[in-house]
Amino acid sequence: MAINWFKYSAPSTFYGLAGKLIPWFALSAAIMFAVGLYIGFVVAPMDAQQGEFYRIVFIHVASSILSMFLYLIMAGYAALGLIFNTRLSSMMATAIAPTGALFAFISLWTGALWGKPMWGAWWVWDARLTSELILLFLYLGFIALHASIDDPRRADRASALLAIVGSVNVPIIYFSVKWWNTLHQGSTIKFSGTSMHVAMQQAMFVTLVACWLYAIAVVLARVRSIILERERHTKWIAELPEVK
Amino acid sequence: MGLDIWMRENPLTYVWLGSYAVALLVFVIEVAMVVHKRKITLRQICLMRNTGDEEIA
Repeated sequence: MAINWFKYSAPSTFYGLAGKLIPWFALSAAIMFAVGLYIGFVVAPMDAQQGEFYRIVFIHVASSILSMFLYLIMAGYAALGLIFNTRLSSMMATAIAPTGALFAFISLWTGALWGKPMWGAWWVWDARLTSELILLFLYLGFIALHASIDDPRRADRASALLAIVGSVNVPIIYFSVKWWNTLHQGSTIKFSGTSMHVAMQQAMFVTLVACWLYAIAVVLARVRSIILERERHTKWIAELPEVK
Repeated sequence: MGLDIWMRENPLTYVWLGSYAVALLVFVIEVAMVVHKRKITLRQICLMRNTGDEEIA
């Protein structure tokens, strides 16, 4: 049976689908977080050089990856909204921004907490750290710009431009450790292999999946509110059981 | 200086409270904000319906 995916690009059909998916993503995220933390804190051994402090890696790497990928997804949705004038794409971009900003904040915060015992400083103006801070400012700029324009369609277009231009920062974050001499370490996991203990890899992977599931659940929940707000004058909203 | 000594004596507490507890708090705040936003949006729509301000497209 062929599924008509374009059907779900309409806010009216996506609203119901998102509502059905949220509990599954949220429940899976909670389970994966619990499993990831168990492996990370109970199964994974202590690091020979960094001791217990390395255990920050499980949340730090996951939140850093999420902050970068969510920005690219947000910029992608914003571009779709700008080019094709699709309402749901712009709503999705708006819904992703706060979650992306929070992951960028967690990445910077946990990085500072890891930096203090390892480098002796909470913060250094290192290329990786600075470009990640710029990413947080880009998210905040997107949110502020969108909120500052009353007409949502105009706000979508203006903030879409910012998101698209800002996406150039993501490869800069990723390659910063290669392009410049930085205090921040390079990638530990590469295509050629890794020196990490298998339990550490498992904990990192499971926490990463948990963060993805959490992000999807919370973005879907937020986009439902945005749909309700923007489509409030439509007939299908008036017929919703939660509105009646 | 005191924090430096404390973190080296209690590394797991430092990691837990500093990073995981903060991340969890951030997640809880975000979820609470999303739930609150939905509640007030639904309330606004219901108010609009009741006061007859609604122009259905």
